[in-house]
Amino acid sequence: MSITASIPAAGAARALAKARTGISGLDEVTFGGLPAGRPTLICGGPGCGKTLLATTFLVNGTVMFNEPGVFVSFEETSDDLIKNVASLGYDLGALVAQKKIAIDFVRVERSEIEETGEYDLEGLFVRLDYAIKSVGAKRVVLDTLEMLFAGLGDTQILRAEIRRLFAWLKQRDVTAIITAEQGEGALTRYGIEEYVSDCVFLLDNRVSDQITTRRLRVVKYRGSAHGTNEYPFLIDAQGVSVLPVTSAGLAHAASDEVISTGIPGLNQMLGAGGFYKGTSILVSGTAGTGKTSLAANFIEAVCARGERCLYFAFEESPAQIVRNMRSIGLDLQPRVDAGLLRFEAARPSLFGLEMHLARMYREIEEFAPAAAVLDPISALRGETGDVHSMLLRVIDLLKSRGITAFLTNLLSVEGMDKSDAGMSSLMDTWLSLVQLETNGERNRGIYVLKSRGMNHSNQIREYQLTSQGVKLVDAYLGGSGVLTGSARIAQEMVDAASSLRRTQDNERKQRDIQRKRAALERQIAELRAELESEEEEARKSLQRDEELEKRLQAERRAMAIQRGGNVS
Amino acid sequence: MSQVMRSEIHESPLEVGHYNLRLYVAGQTPKSITALANLKKICEEHLVGRYHIEVIDLLEHPQLAAGDQILAVPTLVRRLPEPLKRIIGNLSNMERVLVGLDLRPVTAP
Repeated sequence: MSITASIPAAGAARALAKARTGISGLDEVTFGGLPAGRPTLICGGPGCGKTLLATTFLVNGTVMFNEPGVFVSFEETSDDLIKNVASLGYDLGALVAQKKIAIDFVRVERSEIEETGEYDLEGLFVRLDYAIKSVGAKRVVLDTLEMLFAGLGDTQILRAEIRRLFAWLKQRDVTAIITAEQGEGALTRYGIEEYVSDCVFLLDNRVSDQITTRRLRVVKYRGSAHGTNEYPFLIDAQGVSVLPVTSAGLAHAASDEVISTGIPGLNQMLGAGGFYKGTSILVSGTAGTGKTSLAANFIEAVCARGERCLYFAFEESPAQIVRNMRSIGLDLQPRVDAGLLRFEAARPSLFGLEMHLARMYREIEEFAPAAAVLDPISALRGETGDVHSMLLRVIDLLKSRGITAFLTNLLSVEGMDKSDAGMSSLMDTWLSLVQLETNGERNRGIYVLKSRGMNHSNQIREYQLTSQGVKLVDAYLGGSGVLTGSARIAQEMVDAASSLRRTQDNERKQRDIQRKRAALERQIAELRAELESEEEEARKSLQRDEELEKRLQAERRAMAIQRGGNVS
Repeated sequence: MSQVMRSEIHESPLEVGHYNLRLYVAGQTPKSITALANLKKICEEHLVGRYHIEVIDLLEHPQLAAGDQILAVPTLVRRLPEPLKRIIGNLSNMERVLVGLDLRPVTAP
């Protein structure tokens, strides 16, 4: 009867009613939750989190949606169950005491049961009904129903009764989760999926390179669209979360807002005066080139604007980073204390890539930062393709939220890695840090390999890690090319010396000319004096001649007078 | 409705070898009626004067189902003598009921 009743409902055009699980991500993957008033099957191998997922569904139901629930456990006693889920931060005991959740442990022990003739499972129905009524339950979990097959011998009766149970649950309009062990080559060991066909989840716990990743897949969801991928999910002290992290596509908005790199000289190298907000930035360099220091400067700039920054550290502990950055004059601790900077440190080998991604996703969702730092991405282990796919999704995730991504990448000494080349196309800005080895010393050089959407400097600039942060040194640009370190200083000294020499030369020349001029003028003066003295001589001799002439004339006149002659 | 099903008690003094039996049923179904009839027959044949049957209808007392871990119906629970034994079904297989109640040693057929 219930089966015929459900057909017109399914055929109706209105959307399927859904019961939200409150598990972050799962509601997105299922577009709203589990089918309301219907049973959902969760299958998976041992230890893959079926019970915890089901418990979370119940606890969230009461706490978030005011829908009480019943937990029928075939495996664990109530006490064990309460203890086990306490590790997720659920106080199941309190919810039981408040009559929001009822737990019924159904003990099925084959050795204690003798079967003599026909029976049915009405006892289970009665208990379930009683439990549902005692709390007014809207949600029911049966964990793990298949234990019945181990405890009772007559599978024919069991199958008939399980079919009846699902019909009965639908009639009660409770949203149910039935868990089942995964079978060989089948979804469940005893083929329960034949009876629960509305919605089936498959959980998986895969080990690759000794690292475990939990995954969830919606195998089917009748009457509803759903995400079809395998999604990683997390079970930890913060409960269960599924991470629907996929390549989100390329629909993110592009911002024109420019944010500072935290280093004035570097801002100048980028045509726009900094990074575009919400873009992805890669800083690559060999060991000891100062990638983390560059990141710290960026973080400081973000925090100085009052924005939040999330730092995923894969190689250093937060305390170590804070201490080390003090040596370049950056104290990040006040930013941490002010809640602007949050560190999330975990060894890459602690989880698989998907789990890292999952964890990042949750942190990003929760902290809602303006910028995120991944230091360094080269520490992430896995197949190149896997790492690439994971980073792609991280970057998509960050971009879709307008979060500026700052990634560092450690290069091996030989130079560019394969991973680096693979990453380049994902990056909007790529800064390369290089060690310039000349004249027996190493100097740090930085250049902008690319920066989409802006003109940028093509120079390799020298930078120094000083006690006042990262400083770009003014480039030496001479005939001999770009010089760094002591070579630059030496060249500067050479230049200064030649300049001094030129000045001295000029001065000497000027002095020479003056001296020549003085000598020439002296000569002129001498000649003039000579001329003058000659003129004087000439004038004196003329005078003497005239006086002589006068005397002669006077003598002649006197003689004439004496002779008495005519005076002519 | 349930005067037959409930409190069908044969009083007898507690002594060694006394059987305290409880039959859980859910309403007056053919299965439960058969089970009670079969049980009475077995007791009269094998436990004359040293048994006590209590019939519990779970539809009336659903809260009792969890306490004795009742799953299938009908279920016969041997509360005394220890240890606790459960026999499910309509008790039509007499041999197995006797084995279940420890009234007959398990022997090869």
